[in-house]
Amino acid sequence: VQAIFLPILIPLLTAIILVLLRGNIRLQRTLSALSTLATYGLSIFLLLVVRGDGIQVYQQGNWAPPFGICLVADLFSCIMVGIAMTIAVAALFYSFWSIDEERERFYFYPLFQLQLMGVNGCFLTGDIFNLFVFFEVMLIASYALIALGGERKQLEATVKYMSINLVSSTLMVSTVGLLYRFVGTLNMADIAQRISQCPDQGMITPLAIMFLIIFGTKAALFGLWFWMPGTYTVIPAGISAYFGSILTKVGVYGIFRVFTLIFNYDTDYTHMVILALAGLTMLGGVLGAAAQNNFRTILTYHISSQVGYMIMGLGIGLSTSTPAAVAGVAGGIFYIVHHILVKSSLFLSGGVAERLTERQDIREMGGLASHCPVAAILFLIAALSLAGFPPLSGFCAKLLLIKAGLEAGGYLNYIIVAICLIVSLLTLYSMSKIWGAAYWGEPVKIAQVSYRGMLPPITFLVIQCILMGVYPEYFVNLCFEASEQLMAPQIYINAVLGGG
Amino acid sequence: MEGLIAIVVGVLFACGIFLMLQKSFLRLILGLCLMSHGANLLLFTMGGLVRGAIPVGTGGGVANCTDPLVQALILTAIVISFGVTALLLVVAYRTHQEHNTDDLDELKELKG
Repeated sequence: VQAIFLPILIPLLTAIILVLLRGNIRLQRTLSALSTLATYGLSIFLLLVVRGDGIQVYQQGNWAPPFGICLVADLFSCIMVGIAMTIAVAALFYSFWSIDEERERFYFYPLFQLQLMGVNGCFLTGDIFNLFVFFEVMLIASYALIALGGERKQLEATVKYMSINLVSSTLMVSTVGLLYRFVGTLNMADIAQRISQCPDQGMITPLAIMFLIIFGTKAALFGLWFWMPGTYTVIPAGISAYFGSILTKVGVYGIFRVFTLIFNYDTDYTHMVILALAGLTMLGGVLGAAAQNNFRTILTYHISSQVGYMIMGLGIGLSTSTPAAVAGVAGGIFYIVHHILVKSSLFLSGGVAERLTERQDIREMGGLASHCPVAAILFLIAALSLAGFPPLSGFCAKLLLIKAGLEAGGYLNYIIVAICLIVSLLTLYSMSKIWGAAYWGEPVKIAQVSYRGMLPPITFLVIQCILMGVYPEYFVNLCFEASEQLMAPQIYINAVLGGG
Repeated sequence: MEGLIAIVVGVLFACGIFLMLQKSFLRLILGLCLMSHGANLLLFTMGGLVRGAIPVGTGGGVANCTDPLVQALILTAIVISFGVTALLLVVAYRTHQEHNTDDLDELKELKG
């Protein structure tokens, strides 16, 4: 269908119109709400179409397949676009209530739309250089959103964030260049087809590891995450929910895409690296969180820890060729969706707590459960889901991963399953730390501010998270279908290049 | 020729990383610039360094042409890195205004 490019085009056009309407904030709000809702509806429609009719391809300018830049929507892309737009809706409506007027006047809404455009573009593109370009669109919008407001601590965070991302972008350009020399094409399906026949096979593993480093920097893997905690605490809560849950997942998406489509054979070495990174990321993230006392810093370290689980799904998928491989990747995808919902609702809850107490340190909070029980319950459900309590979404996600790991066998997979269980327990520890310090305990003075409008977006996310846990069949089936597509790259190649 | 360019790319990357490890904000930015130049040059070399015809309109056949694709890629990469560098300079200027320092270590202490 032609509709594939609309999730990119609608935010772009909206952003342009919004810039022109600078003076009129009310109109800006209405327009951006309408366009975000429209894109959200469209993404769901796209998901249903792709599920019914298979992978959809749009050749820009009608160029023949390997030459032009094409957009490809397979099930995994569609799931990612759908979930990203879900969070976009929640974050936008939350921002209406929480963001200050100063930011609104300085192009907050246009920047947000550009951000959506970049993210959707990353998920939908079928060309590796175009992926880089959309990465940059997304990053430049995020630089501006982080710096917006110009408070002192924000500037410091912006410097760090920009530098680290510029380095990884430079690496990405270089790696794409090397890959081009190696296979002579940039279309991902074409690369996948040609790479096994290339003369210089020794280059494959270095290139794979370079892509892992590049995407790992964005996904905040072990050793590459040090930019993250400082950044996500200085921006408004609504936008940090979107950043924290979606931007890192774009990196995860890149890792999944590249390793299932391009570097999917000769995986003896790469799957070990991925599993080791997954284990270290899980453990390191959760231990980092245990040492923190800032509400949002704890949540940010947990992003890292959770990214480990997703990568673990991929590692299990690459380690074996049995049906457990599909189950592993499906578990990874399910985990991504679950994590995005839960993490963004936690960030938004953190925003409510900060607004009420005007603090970020949980030791200075207290007694929030008696002030606003609804907000407390929303936090509790999301926190329990993060730790993996049944019947919430986290339980199902972890069950899928652990089951796949045990079925796949091999000592590496057993170790990673053990780590995964320990980390769940530690996750519960830091969630209960927040709960005990901020929601129970001696009530502190509460600022007289309205926060009611901030609750519906959180409820919207928490309900989906409960639904995923109580009726998991639909989502699990969807993830298995997506995973089967990913693990059989020939389907993707045939859809893009034609033939069969 | 390609060997020579490879060394140049290496030197650019090395200088870029050296500058990035300095304390001064401005040197960090210059280091990032050098690195992106290195990456662009690398991209250029990856297309093969041949003296060839213009690929469009001359009808000389594919064999005699230089690869236009890498040049298009570099153009895109240059535009992006230009934009980002400009933004980074503005952030540097604002930081200097707010904190009155160019030293990244001092900036870290100021965070509080």
